Amino acid sequence: MTIEKLHEALINKQLSSVEVTNYFLNRIDTAKDLNAYIDVQPELSLAQARQADQLIAQGNQGYLTGIPIAHKDVFVTKGWKSTAASKMLGNYQSPFDATVVEKLGMLGSGMVCLGKTNMDEFAMGSSNENSAFGPALNPWNLDYVPGGSSGGSAVAVAAGLTIAATGTDTGGSIRQPAAFCGITGIKPTYGRVSRYGMIAYASSLDQAGPMAKTASECAWLMNAIAGKDLRDSTSIERENEDFTRLLGANWDSSNSNASQPLQGLKIGVPKEFFAKGLNHEVKLAIEEALKQFEALGAVCVEVSLPKTELSIPVYYVLAPAEASSNLSRYDGVRYGYRSEKYKDLAQMYTHSRTEGFGAEVKRRILVGAYVLSQGYYEAYYLQAQKIRRIIAQDFQTAFTQCDVLMGPVAPDVAWKIGEKSKDPIAMYLEDIFTLSANLAGLPAMSLPCGFNQSGLPIGLQMIGNYFNEAEMLQVANHFQTATEWHSMQPLQNVAGEKS
Amino acid sequence: MKTEEITHLAKLSSLEVPENEIEALSEALESILQLANQLQSIDTVGIEPLFHPIEMITPLMQPLRPDQVTELNQREANMANAPAQFEGLFLVPKVID
Amino acid sequence: MSQIEWEVVIGLETHAQLMTQSKIFSGASIAFGASPNEQACAVDLALPGTLPVLNEGAVNHAIRFGLAIGSVVAPMSVFARKNYFYPDLPKGYQISQFSLPVVVGGKIMIEVDGQVKEIQLTRAHLEEDAGKSLHDDFAGPHGESSSGIDLNRAGTPLLEIVTEPVMRSATEAVAYAKELHALVMWLGICDGNMQEGSFRCDANVSVRPKGQKEFGTRCEIKNLNSFKFLEEAILHEVQRQIELIEDGGRVVQETRLYDPDKMETRSMRSKEDAQDYRYFPDPDLLPLQIAQERINGIRALMPALPKELREEWQNTYGLSSYDTGLLTQDKALAHFFIEVLKLIEIDLAKPAANLMAGEFASAMNKESLSADLAPVRPIHIAELLKRTKDGTISNKIAKEIFSQIWELGLNASDRQESILLEGLVDQIIDQKGLRQISDVGAIEKIIDQVLIENPKSVEEYRSGKEKAFNALVGQIMKASKGKANPGQVNTLLKQKLI
Repeated sequence: MTIEKLHEALINKQLSSVEVTNYFLNRIDTAKDLNAYIDVQPELSLAQARQADQLIAQGNQGYLTGIPIAHKDVFVTKGWKSTAASKMLGNYQSPFDATVVEKLGMLGSGMVCLGKTNMDEFAMGSSNENSAFGPALNPWNLDYVPGGSSGGSAVAVAAGLTIAATGTDTGGSIRQPAAFCGITGIKPTYGRVSRYGMIAYASSLDQAGPMAKTASECAWLMNAIAGKDLRDSTSIERENEDFTRLLGANWDSSNSNASQPLQGLKIGVPKEFFAKGLNHEVKLAIEEALKQFEALGAVCVEVSLPKTELSIPVYYVLAPAEASSNLSRYDGVRYGYRSEKYKDLAQMYTHSRTEGFGAEVKRRILVGAYVLSQGYYEAYYLQAQKIRRIIAQDFQTAFTQCDVLMGPVAPDVAWKIGEKSKDPIAMYLEDIFTLSANLAGLPAMSLPCGFNQSGLPIGLQMIGNYFNEAEMLQVANHFQTATEWHSMQPLQNVAGEKS
Repeated sequence: MKTEEITHLAKLSSLEVPENEIEALSEALESILQLANQLQSIDTVGIEPLFHPIEMITPLMQPLRPDQVTELNQREANMANAPAQFEGLFLVPKVID
Repeated sequence: MSQIEWEVVIGLETHAQLMTQSKIFSGASIAFGASPNEQACAVDLALPGTLPVLNEGAVNHAIRFGLAIGSVVAPMSVFARKNYFYPDLPKGYQISQFSLPVVVGGKIMIEVDGQVKEIQLTRAHLEEDAGKSLHDDFAGPHGESSSGIDLNRAGTPLLEIVTEPVMRSATEAVAYAKELHALVMWLGICDGNMQEGSFRCDANVSVRPKGQKEFGTRCEIKNLNSFKFLEEAILHEVQRQIELIEDGGRVVQETRLYDPDKMETRSMRSKEDAQDYRYFPDPDLLPLQIAQERINGIRALMPALPKELREEWQNTYGLSSYDTGLLTQDKALAHFFIEVLKLIEIDLAKPAANLMAGEFASAMNKESLSADLAPVRPIHIAELLKRTKDGTISNKIAKEIFSQIWELGLNASDRQESILLEGLVDQIIDQKGLRQISDVGAIEKIIDQVLIENPKSVEEYRSGKEKAFNALVGQIMKASKGKANPGQVNTLLKQKLI
């Protein structure tokens, strides 16, 4: 089942949105163990589905009307709780919807919200183990992490608990769980999608993006969510763009060779992405995928992103710095968790925040306070922002030699739950290939390209130049036309879909 | 990291670190900061910080909102999550100046 | 006993609430007096997911101020986060400006004891105001003594205006504060209502032995919301510091509050520890670019400044510094006078100033009105002056007519009606027969009558009592119902008494 097939079924009245919604709600209920969802409200979903069916009956539907969507719990929603997977917001009810939610929902594209998905607390993490509601489980092997921070969304898509989901990516949080769960996800150019209503982690790095099984489905979702929002000063004005416009088209429009649709495409392969430390099976899978692209007519060239390793300290200075400030509003005064025991105002603050936040969040807040503090600001925060520019410039240099960059999403496949949670640094090092794109603000995506011998998915990362999402989705779509990785499903995902 | 440094950071962040957690936290922060210290070796003379990634795409210009009242009274909805309130006020333990 | 001659060093930081419709970063209203939290929207409450968007009106006000003080309006300025925790600060940080403020430099002239002094300004920047804590005893969820937080004020646009530490006395500081206060109201960027907190001064005060180059340690006295308290607080703080040093102690850099009842400054508990605000550029806001076109557009529409008007009126019309000072004390009065000047010839400018500074000003003060709401309009003043000049009425009658028009106007406005503008003065003159009697024959007739009826005064005058002359003049004016031309009366009476 894909968005495209579901769309056909709905407008041909083969299925109703209520039927589809019920189908997924039942699956969600059956697969509670995966812990993909934090909040499910069947009545709210069905009410939306009924509205969607009405629109379809009146012939007033859009492409996505009546199709289900799950939202990462980092987006605020009316009706469903908005927790950011934190005890701090454990019972928080937002009086407004995030712009992304609005655009996809009944006032916009007409999608039906199935619920809020699990994630790492306040989007800080790469495994979904930092959730106050327990980890989400990788449907390919329940002992393994699904990746993070958009772990719940990735699990939901991979296990057939939704057709598509929203995620956010600050350092790889869409791409890496997509890779670990064998699905497709894209982080757009910074500024493409409004951050209004996205619970902030690191403001200059956060971006919202779609997660689904295929690139073409992601393209439909991009159409719905992209666009300038007056409520987000950092969102960019672009002419209305149709991200599906290049799907199926040859890369070179003058090329009529259907078996070599990517003729003319130059793929840059950063040599630093293949340095030591890259898991051997991942390396093999990526190399195979690159060969597949060559078979489709593309040419690979080696490029260099010299600061790849340095992106880790740059990110882990900047993100905690911005986070430490963004999370200061969680003080138990106007909303959120307030401690039961305190003797005065100062204690109310410290107890509420200490009890309400998890360990990783507190660590990053302290790191952030450190790198912004008097005496350290220049050496850490400012220095990191300067190296950030060098990293962005290095990408521009690389793009003079190629159209897109490709490589692994992560140095490893999913690891066992608990395996890396003792050592935060070990987890940080897993982000090495994804962080740079956030620092530069470039669009980047993950598409499934294989499995390791234990059956754990491997993802291929594609990084494009600014605003080139349509081209990236075009390239990914050709790969997915020629391969089957994206249509594989974990055994937990019981067949029985109606089409 | 010295205990005083951690306590100072915790105070700045309105967080409390229990005695028995200070050592573990100190180690964790140490290793993170060691990671961060890699930044020092890079020569960034003449490089401007990239505070906003979109500077790479477009000139940075804060959009201006027309001076109009667009938000009406939504006190009840906005205060629905308040842990303590009274007659429209948020309540906190007494503030002493 | 101290042999040291102390010098006082003062710098002022003023927070002026800008007169916009909405808040600096959200679309909520900033109108004063609403019920708690009715004007605190999601952005103001820092609800999860909210983001700031900058108010154009606040930017324009900042530009006006920058132009008025002859400063540089920064083509690019940056918003920064000032991080600290306080219940009236919803985000846990204040959006302010740090390294790159919107206005740099500038100066304001003050006058103290007839001496003019230039007060240099360091900078002025935009920032958001915090909410309010009400310290009445509320009961918290566990019965604990609680304060109430009202965030209506959170997000109100502020312009923080900082001077160089160039003031040397409380008097200078107050003179500057008053001058700044008048200026921001004149420019229409701040309503100057100190009771409501629209204009708040913080004073940075230190002392040093006269002649010493280095500054002494300074203390900041916060939130002084009246000129009286500003002066008192500075005086007491100076004394405290001097006494402390002379007793062998050291001044500790800290923030203090002024207690007007005890008339002393005390340390602020909540700000005891030196705060590390961890300033960094706000990633949610892009740099503010101010184009020359915007600045030019604002400059073109700016009202002439009081100083400019004073100079012009002194030079063109020969008005006194006192009169022009009074007439430029508030914008409405100055504009009224400008309107009057448009309707009269140059030689009437001085009489106009006298009338405005005299009758008009006192009538307005009595009713606590501002000139734009005065029942007497510029055309009335102009006509009164003309009719006085051409002899139709006397000065005294003019004053009477002024009062009559005033009353007429007040009553009309109560009934929500308006009164006649052009021609009203003539109408009153005719209706009440107030024409001055200048006919020599007519006056002589009255004088003769009065002389006959007041032989005693005539006697006394002839025997040298000057006062008796005035008594006779009084009787003549009375007999003529005030309409006799005083100049004529004087001349003719003198003749007749010889």
